[in-house]
Amino acid sequence: MSAEATQETKCLVTVNGTVREFDGPPHTNALDFLRGQQLIGCKEGCAEGECGACSILVARSDGEGSRWTALNACLLPAASLDGQEIITSEGLGSVADLHPVQEEMANRGGSQCGYCTPGFVCSMAAEYYRPERTGTPAVSAGDGGAHECGPNGFDLHALSGNLCRCTGYRPIRDAAYALGDPAGDDQLAARTQHRAPAPVATDIQRADTPTGALGRFRRPADLDQVLQILAAEPESVLVAGGTDWGVEVNIKGARARSVLAIDRLHELRQIHWNERYLELGSGCTLSELERKLAGKVPLLSALFGQFASRLIRNSASIGGNLGTGSPIGDTPPALLALAAELVLSSIRGNRVVALEDYFTGYRQTVREPGEMITAIRIPLPLAPLTSFQKIAKRRFDDISSVAIGYALTVADGMITEARIGLGGVAATPLRAVATEAMLEGKPWNLETIRAAAHTMGHEGTPMDDHRASADYRKAMLASSLERFYAQQLARRSGAGQEQNS
Amino acid sequence: MSQLSQRPDAPVVGQRHRHESAAAHVTGTALYTDDLAARLTGVLHAYPVQSTCAHGKILGLDTSAAQQVPGVIRVITAQDIPGVNDQGAKHDEPLLPVDEVMFFGQPVAWVLGEDLEAAKAGAKAVRVDYEPLDSLITIKDAIAAKSFHGIQPEIAKGDPQAAFAQATHVFEGDFEFAGQEHFYLETQNSLALVDESGQIMVHCSTQHPTETQDIVSHVLGIGAHEVTVQVLRMGGGFGGKEMQPHGYAALAALGAVLTGRPVRVRLDRNLDMTMTGKRHGFYATWKIGFDQGGKILALQAQLTADGGWSLDLSEPVLTRAMCHIDNSYWIPNIRVNGRVAKCHKTSQTAFRGFGGPQGMLVMEDILGRVAPQLGLEARELRRRNFYTEGQDTPYYQPVRHPERIDAAWQQVLDSADVARREAEIAQFNTNNHYSKRALAMTPVKFGISFNLTAFNQGGALVLVYKDGSVLVNHGGTEMGQGLHTKMLQVAATALGVPLSKVRIAPTRTDKVPNTSATAASSGSDLNGGAVKDACEQIQARLAAVAAGKLGVPAQDIRFAQGKITALGKRDELEWSEVVREAYMQRIQLSAAGYYRTEGLHWDLARMTGSPFKYFSYGVAASEVEVSSFDGSYVLRRVDIVHDVGDSLSPLVDLGQIEGGFVQGTGWLTLEDLRWDTSDGPGRGRVATQAASTYKIPSFSEMPEVFNVNLLDKAHEEGAVYGSKAVGEPPLMLAFSVREALRQAIAEFGASGRSVPLASPATPEAVFWAIDTVRNPGS
Repeated sequence: MSAEATQETKCLVTVNGTVREFDGPPHTNALDFLRGQQLIGCKEGCAEGECGACSILVARSDGEGSRWTALNACLLPAASLDGQEIITSEGLGSVADLHPVQEEMANRGGSQCGYCTPGFVCSMAAEYYRPERTGTPAVSAGDGGAHECGPNGFDLHALSGNLCRCTGYRPIRDAAYALGDPAGDDQLAARTQHRAPAPVATDIQRADTPTGALGRFRRPADLDQVLQILAAEPESVLVAGGTDWGVEVNIKGARARSVLAIDRLHELRQIHWNERYLELGSGCTLSELERKLAGKVPLLSALFGQFASRLIRNSASIGGNLGTGSPIGDTPPALLALAAELVLSSIRGNRVVALEDYFTGYRQTVREPGEMITAIRIPLPLAPLTSFQKIAKRRFDDISSVAIGYALTVADGMITEARIGLGGVAATPLRAVATEAMLEGKPWNLETIRAAAHTMGHEGTPMDDHRASADYRKAMLASSLERFYAQQLARRSGAGQEQNS
Repeated sequence: MSQLSQRPDAPVVGQRHRHESAAAHVTGTALYTDDLAARLTGVLHAYPVQSTCAHGKILGLDTSAAQQVPGVIRVITAQDIPGVNDQGAKHDEPLLPVDEVMFFGQPVAWVLGEDLEAAKAGAKAVRVDYEPLDSLITIKDAIAAKSFHGIQPEIAKGDPQAAFAQATHVFEGDFEFAGQEHFYLETQNSLALVDESGQIMVHCSTQHPTETQDIVSHVLGIGAHEVTVQVLRMGGGFGGKEMQPHGYAALAALGAVLTGRPVRVRLDRNLDMTMTGKRHGFYATWKIGFDQGGKILALQAQLTADGGWSLDLSEPVLTRAMCHIDNSYWIPNIRVNGRVAKCHKTSQTAFRGFGGPQGMLVMEDILGRVAPQLGLEARELRRRNFYTEGQDTPYYQPVRHPERIDAAWQQVLDSADVARREAEIAQFNTNNHYSKRALAMTPVKFGISFNLTAFNQGGALVLVYKDGSVLVNHGGTEMGQGLHTKMLQVAATALGVPLSKVRIAPTRTDKVPNTSATAASSGSDLNGGAVKDACEQIQARLAAVAAGKLGVPAQDIRFAQGKITALGKRDELEWSEVVREAYMQRIQLSAAGYYRTEGLHWDLARMTGSPFKYFSYGVAASEVEVSSFDGSYVLRRVDIVHDVGDSLSPLVDLGQIEGGFVQGTGWLTLEDLRWDTSDGPGRGRVATQAASTYKIPSFSEMPEVFNVNLLDKAHEEGAVYGSKAVGEPPLMLAFSVREALRQAIAEFGASGRSVPLASPATPEAVFWAIDTVRNPGS
């Protein structure tokens, strides 16, 4: 276990090249920390990772180098930045010497009230420095329209987690598409040639509420330490990206006696392929998976672009999306369709649980005290026909009303295997078992699809809420098979005349 | 050309300049109200105790436990208010309730803490006992219970009954549509401190500093001269900071007086969404008659605005809605009745358009619905009914420049290549079973000026320093709309100096008193007129000085680009040289400017007159593609021609048009404001009270192709430098999106049928509308 003696250690964060000290309560988020340091460019618009007004740049290692990664400061515990390097809008440029991103935003009318602007500037700068950004638009089929690139290779979806209420976005898009490449002497570009600072074994314990109750924030050095602490203090909150926990803290006032940061753990950040399965470390962020899988799992590729926003995907881990046990998480429907399994680890060892057996009730799972998800396994080979359908009010950066993952194997025109994962239609994610049974052994054609639509429409027990009515959710289930079929037809014909994803 | 509208040579107005704070915005160094708190020491943080029922009698309020929470300094209740316990202008809106709560989430008390955490913990410890009373949540509940407040005006002209009798086609219907949350990115913010000699300084994110000052002073029971309100800038306003900030400012000021320490009131997003007013939803019933050719003969309508618990600005919102039901269409016989429903929700308030969008939406919905039954394309039906020269509105104001509607319409038809694209759309629809496209065009005519005539005045204070630099103060506030940028351009133009010579100072009530709200799109008209007046006073004095130096009559002196010349003379004087000389001659180098809009009159009791200085016009064409699988849609292309007169600042105007359009599209399609209407314990609660549940447009809602042009030859006689207001009118161009959705939905069924469409037209609403056209009668 980490040493008690380090409890009084203060956190040191390099902000815009200057080391600043954080000695606030453990629940403090990076946004409040920065504002307390008079870095008021960082703004609170929603405190739940939806608006991006608090976006900052954090150096994250990537291979031998690093990349400037835009994150929502409101969701990041300040203590999680111990030893790290960050850049805020103030650090990109000054009024007298604007950064190229700032210059374009200012000159093209990209700011009106200006309140969202520092966040936009940071998200835009991250994309400006993205190493893969080239002059060729990267649009891949079946990714749900998740990439939309300008002539300079700028992926507009880098800004999907930033809301602006004034401009209508057009001038911001124009600013993004007008950006050139970083100049040869650009220091932030030079920084990406080197790795980000190694994680620091943080351990702070301080009064965390007005009544003086203590809170402790630790970053264990390895997985073994995490499991040891979890065994001793099973009520510890595991925080990877913090995109769920941060909301609990900010909006619901949640406080924990013990928070364990696991986002930098080497053991949780691996991706392995073998004969039987693909194993994804639970600590991989959605953005990392998107990049590293590079389209090799089409169903996941279709999902990534529709998962929240770039800002959230840069933080949120795949393990976290399962760990919360939410019925409306975006990954479970896809992972259920892929017949994924979870590796649950504790000091007693590892066990493997099928994802369909993992959820037991509303935000309840078979995960026992002292256990954590360390990996997700996707059996190979992958089913050839897949579709991810997310129904939401807003096309991007929204929570699904219904999400559906399809994975079908069709041989000689017959459906030999069908797996369908559903979200948003019951207290847990679930498989559409009855529909799967109806499809298997039938020909893959419109007649089969239409015959199964009614059954599909009666999967789960959807309810009415502010996102959608129960009837709409049922109708979405019912229509989804035909949409899947139409997508496949369009893809085969290659014409793409019907683009209804 | 009037003296007000005439531009001198080489004007700075009309040039394309970026927002005056752009560099500060992008570097994160622009200061907003809450950023000041970080610069002060000893600031107390306020957090409210919110009502947990929609309507209830307060049986007891026990703050003793809160006082015990470490870090809690003070709990403020109604008993602490030394002056008038009212945060509105109608005396129906107690700052803190005495015996009755009127909506779920209403602040009942406020806790001041050393930090926010302490204030929150304190608020949690306050115990309030309620006796629940019956509550009305929906507008239909309120109508059924005959629960109304305020005036019930009527617009009447001609003889609708006789016209209906003669009409070839008569239709009737009703339409309920939702309001809208402002969702300014910067929530409500006030920071108050007691200054030297008891002076109260309130930094506030407010569109109406004078009214904030008035309400702070009456709550504290002191004179307005003891209160100064300053607005650096707002992180968005959209009408939501016209009336709503006053109570929070007063609370901050009261806290500062009670504790002697600075007090910060900053609503987080959840507080803001549960406590502040929103755009009014409406319920409308209507009957309309057409002649054989599709011309409107008569309209009878009743508009009920969902006002919430107190009146706030509901009456003027209602009257503006009634005055805009005609939109751009000539209606010879009309009767419109209006009323404000009173129910147990937040007190609905101003929102960009101020009722105008609601009134116009009723008409556009009618035309969109009945066009198929008249056998006309909706576009043609609209065009046939445009105002023409010599016609007047239902309230008898002559419609000046109606030809601009036709001009903008034609310009859009041409530039958007409408005929060719309609053929392509028809082809697409034939080839596609699951997706349909449609293109719709709608016009906007929007009246500019406050309906309340007294508000149509503006003030400015222009200071020229000895070195020739210029500082401009005016009564308007900057919320992102670019008013300060325009005022700098007006001052530079009026004085004949380069833009770099002029600086703008934050809006303060001790510099320019008795200001009107920066609202009703009037900011540039009113303050521009005042700034120009002040500059011209100074310029006239300087002209006399220069005339003496150059030996010519003062009327021959010309100012441009920092040089002062005389007609027919080669000599040239530097601006700063003449300023210096004027100082030496003891000539006053500052001036208070004033402007009042001439020619307005309005009889509220009879709803007749000429309340508007002029009308702003615009036309939009929107093309959508709708999916039948889930009702989702994309906005493929938008073309707009909008009338801003001779633009004061083209980049700023373009931003207002685009931003207004997208915001209007959000209201009509995506933004789905829900209240808990169940009988459970959450009854009356805002169900969409966060960014995660209330969705404003993001990048994905931006039109894929977005072309905006300013109407040519659009000089406006009656406004500063020939310009026109631009803040609100473009919002209503978004009707074209809604109508395109309706037309695309119709493509899924048999032609000639009316297509009702809910508002907002969310994907779910569109899905059900498609379901209805595909399965009529089911």
